[in-house]
Amino acid sequence: MRFGIFHTLCPLFAALAFTGNVLAEQVQVAVAANFTAPLQAIASEFEKDTGHSVIAAFGATGQLYAQIRNGAPFEVFLSADERTAAKLEREGLGVSGSRFTYAVGRLVLWSAQAGYVDGSDAVLKASPFRHLAMANPQAAPYGLAASQVLEALGLSETLKDKLVEGQSITQTHQFIATGNAELGFVALSQVYKEGQLSSGSSWRVPAELHTPIKQDALILKKGLHNPAALAFSEYLKGGKATTIIQSYGYQR
Amino acid sequence: MIWPLQRRNAPTPTLGGAGAIQARFKVEHAGFTLDVDLNLPGRGVSALFGHSGSGKTSCLRCFAGLDRPSEGYLQVNGEVWQDSAQGLFVPAHKRAVGYVFQGANLFAHLSVRRNLEYGLKRIPAAQRRIALEQAVALLGIGHLLQRLPGKLSGGEQQRVGIARALLTSPRMLLLDEPLAALDLKRKQEVLPYLERLHSELQMPIIYVSHAPDEVARLADHLVLLEDGKVSASGPLKETLLRADLPFIFEDDAEAVVDAQVMAHDPAYGLLAVQLPGSDISLQLPHGPLPQGQSVRVKIKARDVSLSLQQAQHSSVLNLLPARVVDWINVVEQAHVLVRVQVGREQLMARITRYSFDRLNIQREQSLWAQVKSVSLLGAS
Amino acid sequence: MPLTEADFAAVLLTLELAALTTVLLLLIGTPMAWWLARTDSRWKQPIGAIVALPLVLPPTVIGFYLLVSMGPHGVIGQLTQSLGLGTLTFTFTGLLIGSVFYSLPFVVQPLQNAFEAIGRAPLEAAATLRAGPWDAFFTVVLPLAKPGFVTAAILGFAHTVGEFGVVLMIGGNIPGKTQVASVQIYNHVESMNYAQAHWLAGGMVLFSFIVLLALYSGRSSQRVWR
Repeated sequence: MRFGIFHTLCPLFAALAFTGNVLAEQVQVAVAANFTAPLQAIASEFEKDTGHSVIAAFGATGQLYAQIRNGAPFEVFLSADERTAAKLEREGLGVSGSRFTYAVGRLVLWSAQAGYVDGSDAVLKASPFRHLAMANPQAAPYGLAASQVLEALGLSETLKDKLVEGQSITQTHQFIATGNAELGFVALSQVYKEGQLSSGSSWRVPAELHTPIKQDALILKKGLHNPAALAFSEYLKGGKATTIIQSYGYQR
Repeated sequence: MIWPLQRRNAPTPTLGGAGAIQARFKVEHAGFTLDVDLNLPGRGVSALFGHSGSGKTSCLRCFAGLDRPSEGYLQVNGEVWQDSAQGLFVPAHKRAVGYVFQGANLFAHLSVRRNLEYGLKRIPAAQRRIALEQAVALLGIGHLLQRLPGKLSGGEQQRVGIARALLTSPRMLLLDEPLAALDLKRKQEVLPYLERLHSELQMPIIYVSHAPDEVARLADHLVLLEDGKVSASGPLKETLLRADLPFIFEDDAEAVVDAQVMAHDPAYGLLAVQLPGSDISLQLPHGPLPQGQSVRVKIKARDVSLSLQQAQHSSVLNLLPARVVDWINVVEQAHVLVRVQVGREQLMARITRYSFDRLNIQREQSLWAQVKSVSLLGAS
Repeated sequence: MPLTEADFAAVLLTLELAALTTVLLLLIGTPMAWWLARTDSRWKQPIGAIVALPLVLPPTVIGFYLLVSMGPHGVIGQLTQSLGLGTLTFTFTGLLIGSVFYSLPFVVQPLQNAFEAIGRAPLEAAATLRAGPWDAFFTVVLPLAKPGFVTAAILGFAHTVGEFGVVLMIGGNIPGKTQVASVQIYNHVESMNYAQAHWLAGGMVLFSFIVLLALYSGRSSQRVWR
């Protein structure tokens, strides 16, 4: 029996291969704008834990959908709603059976000014403001939820003239942050960090005033053979991700 | 340059008489300073002569008010247009000057007629002394009125430019090298019109040029500019004969003489002209001209030699009795310029210093001027 | 035709915005271009560069800075508030101001080029012919610069019709006020109404092409001299 160098090294290579670090891949993820901050936190943990790297693009759900339909190279899609992810799955652009709800969004009425919103809907009823911002209901699920809230409160007609729409939840946030709109409906995750409000004042909208904002994730056809895509999808379901997601005000 | 202090107390002076132009300009350009002090006659053609870069155009623009000297004074026939000591500066559009640009500078978007009318309609009817028809006739442009400037030749454009300037009934006409951009043929075409201006207009004309022949033909008063300064200013003929100036016309000193046509010899193609006030005549090869016509002739100093006796068998056409006035040693020392009186006129003769000493030339000495070549100023 | 009332309103709004912006820019831009063409001041280059900035900056950058400065804490916002006008974001006036910034170089530069091409000579001729500065400007400069004005107007108009990034940032998508055609197309795509998006976008392409074609052919027949 002659062992030689090759026979000694072979098992070594095999052992290394299974730790996963040697074959590190990249995964391209399309992410709904409202999930920007939590995703960045999750991605950095993921990269540490698995050695794979995450390339994320953030944007309005509708826009991302159009891009995916037209051949964008995304491998995993984190939608802001259920509907869009389901549509992609139906249209054969996603891997069937890979869809799951990764977070349930919470809507918040937020103002950049401290004390402007008092933790209730009083300020909406009193309406001392000139502009109320929300996302475009046709384009963003949080916008749809916001319009449902206004319906439920019976304020749709009275506040109609004061509404300004941002194209995405990010832009909506921008309008409010710069003071151009005194207040508006944004995702809780945008103004929440480590379990509390980072600035301004808010009212956490009761979930029963709107249909739940279930945010679904889907592995896309392009990511079918990418181990990193699969790993990321699994990671999102895992414990570390859950903790992060919840700390940003989402529910699971 | 010292500005006379007493000017400060005289806001609208009539010093110097109503018939004069007084100008003092000081302008600083990059690398060049114009610093002139001029007294020009209130009538006739005053020529500003010098090489390019000597400041002639700059000076003319100061007259027009197109450039603003940092220090300046300008009075034209009793009107003060600039007095920097008083902070007075009449802007160009308020000065009654007509300006003829080097490239005519007609308005490309207007027909010839509209160009002519542009200045005309901006002066009140009461001040219009020259009518459209007059200017058109004077410059011979009647057949061009409907055309656009782009369709005119260089000479035609220049004539339109002159007419346009005249139609503002100016108190002073300024011409900036009006013939410089024209070829010889066009120059010959326009020059007679300039001569007509000279003879038919009452207003003073200031004419900028670097062409000696134009100046010699048109000017009454000559100003020499060198490096932005006036090196001479005086009546034309006198100034030309000033032997103390470095060669004004560069290749040689020359004299300009007025004469009248006497006769023509068709067999030899010689024209005889008489110097007025004497019986001295000159002969030169030239075509026939009407008898009695006034002409100007140019005689270069190097075409004039001196002889103590009248040569008997010489090929030189013109042997004139002369009297020595004075002389100057030329820079390179081998020649001397001698000024001699011939009849009422003066000529320059360029001879070697050797000959000067050998002939023992003295003031008031009577001798003979041998004029080898005479040229007539103007078209043949 | 599946174009809705909102679509037509968007188109009309776009045309209104583009027309008003063009008029405003011609009024503001002419003196600016004139100064830039004629001055020897050492401010000429820096100001020329500032005017040219919108050529280079992404519209979203312009839009973002407008959003901030028109807001209650920004320079413009504080000015308008002190004048009792509130803030200009989400208003047509705000869009108008944004469009003026956005299309500024497209109007100023052709005008500046036209003025520079004229040079000093015609103005000096006019002065020697008793025309004062205003007179000379209207009777000599404007006629000679006419092609430049046409170019400036075409470019300003067309550029504003195509404006998107700036409107997106400061518009707020309000129908009849800030919902211009470009944003409306974007909305249709966002909500996956592709048919409507096609109609609206296609219509705009056709319209723009016809206008530009008409204006450009008009321009070349205007050459009077040369």
